[in-house]
Amino acid sequence: MLRRLSVNQPKEFSFSKTNLKWAKAQLKKYPKGRQASAVIPLLWKAQEQEGWVSKPAIEFVANFLDMPEIRVLEVATFYFMFHLKPTGSKAHFQVCGTTPCMLRGSESLIDVCKARINGKQNSLSADGSMSWEEVECLGGCANAPLVQIGSDYFEDLDKESFEKLISDIEIDEPPIPGSRIGRFSSEPLNMTKKYSRKKSSRENASIERYRG
Amino acid sequence: MLKEKDKIFPNIYGFQDRSLKGVMSRGGWVDTKAIIARGPDNIIKTIQESGLRGRGGAGFPTGLKWSFMPKSADKPKYLVINADESEPGTCKDREILRHEPHSLLEGCLLAGIAMGCSAAYIYIRGEYVREREQLEVAIAEAYGKGFIGKNACKTGIAFDVYSHHGAGAYICGEETALLESLEGKKGMPRMKPPFPAGSGLYGCPTTVNNVESIAVVPTILKRGSSWFSGLGRKNNHGTKLFTVSGHVNNPCVVEEEMSISLRDLIDKHCGGVTGGWDNLKAVIPGGASVPLIPKSVCDDAIMDFDWLKEQRSGLGTAAVIVMDQSTDIIKAIWRLSKFYKHESCGQCTPCREGTGWMMRIMERLVKGHATVDEIDMLIEITKQVEGHTICALGDAAAWPIQGLIRHFRGEVEDRIMTYSSKKAIQAAE
Repeated sequence: MLRRLSVNQPKEFSFSKTNLKWAKAQLKKYPKGRQASAVIPLLWKAQEQEGWVSKPAIEFVANFLDMPEIRVLEVATFYFMFHLKPTGSKAHFQVCGTTPCMLRGSESLIDVCKARINGKQNSLSADGSMSWEEVECLGGCANAPLVQIGSDYFEDLDKESFEKLISDIEIDEPPIPGSRIGRFSSEPLNMTKKYSRKKSSRENASIERYRG
Repeated sequence: MLKEKDKIFPNIYGFQDRSLKGVMSRGGWVDTKAIIARGPDNIIKTIQESGLRGRGGAGFPTGLKWSFMPKSADKPKYLVINADESEPGTCKDREILRHEPHSLLEGCLLAGIAMGCSAAYIYIRGEYVREREQLEVAIAEAYGKGFIGKNACKTGIAFDVYSHHGAGAYICGEETALLESLEGKKGMPRMKPPFPAGSGLYGCPTTVNNVESIAVVPTILKRGSSWFSGLGRKNNHGTKLFTVSGHVNNPCVVEEEMSISLRDLIDKHCGGVTGGWDNLKAVIPGGASVPLIPKSVCDDAIMDFDWLKEQRSGLGTAAVIVMDQSTDIIKAIWRLSKFYKHESCGQCTPCREGTGWMMRIMERLVKGHATVDEIDMLIEITKQVEGHTICALGDAAAWPIQGLIRHFRGEVEDRIMTYSSKKAIQAAE
């Protein structure tokens, strides 16, 4: 699929101090002379920092990894997770539309996006705070239908809980990632109460991060 | 039903203690040094005897794959873990990555040492950000305890494990595309031969294994090959993580014995098909790439590689997509065609163009806006794509459509008739 860079580009890009330190550490993972391996992680970090991948960011990464710019441009346009233009300032909803999610109602989620955000995917809402796109299988099929926002999955959705999710983000109420129907992770629903350590609605595998 | 004591992944849902202490109390990282001391040949032999077949879809014997790695040491050797889980319907590796990461790491070490590898790279799909974070915590823990690193498990052997990620390309689940991506390029599959065992990552001998294939290795080595081969039917041994999605009352990921019947899997773990077993229409038993099976076949279906292959379908990744009578089955398969069109890397013409043609014809079949002979034309196109591309994505795009026409041709024809008669009435008015 042909993907082009945005017409409007910032003048420059550079990593923040923390990200620069992180990027230098990444290079140690790969053998000497194979630093090009880090291109996807670095572009991803650039996107995390700026919200999208700009032309200056591509040039910066090329320079950092001593790669020809065209090679980095190829990577940025080939992989679908790289946004080549700005997305909603508050949230970019990535709605999974592939068959397992479709069977459990992802089309109604897409209708909500069309009604509340923009009739067209990858286009900003009127105030620029939101955007959406239909993505291919997110790999959470036992918790279908699901939506990814940033790094988090929001699972077991239906039209109502998805409407609520959007409303929460509109009023800057950070939504809780994970299942909307109270599951801990991908267990059968009737097992949740019986076996999990889950004690409140604010607990699930997506929130509870083990830190070692 | 699989007994609790025979489960390889007791903490697959993350209910139990995820600390290293918890992991070790369940048998993780216990006796690892002693197993390594048995020697590489013994490890490979045990895995071969266990009958473990690759869990990534193709079902190739894992031990045999390992034995293809050259013994010479003139170049570094690598183990690459395929955690690019993107086959529609599949979300089993996600649970291993976030809730049982140490079984994967211990497996990396044992498999890596058996093949003489110096390092393992775990390639995780870009969307699994939280899962990667959890894996990275586990990697840090394992380094901290000296389980991996310069003197892994005090064996004197150096072995590193690195996490790496992609950025949303299904094709990177194909092993050579994954290697290209890991080298920092577009994920376009390589021609084979040379196979990765001869020339893989950075031109060095490489073995690419699925997450589940490697994560089950420590338990097999600890409990013995005969325990593993005692589960399941002949040539289809062990336990397997199944993902059940679609029209069931309780979709879930569940570990079960290989060769379990489809009906038991759905009724005992998933609360049955919505509306009851008789409301079932069809099942895709192994992820988007395998042809569907209609209810008549589902009635006695056995979930393993060989039985499903005999039905011209496949176990694939054991991702069961259930469709009840309310399903527009033509639309369900069209959506898969759209998926393959989106994910074709564009390298081979039959796939790049063919996936688009197939999707557009399927789009018209959903409405019925077609002629009956176009069904045969569509089948012809699938045959033109199948087997004529570098990797198996072309085949994977062709098979679901072939399965649909094989079992539901009547329904496709009916829709065409309904559409054309409606048009004829409209024209007459």
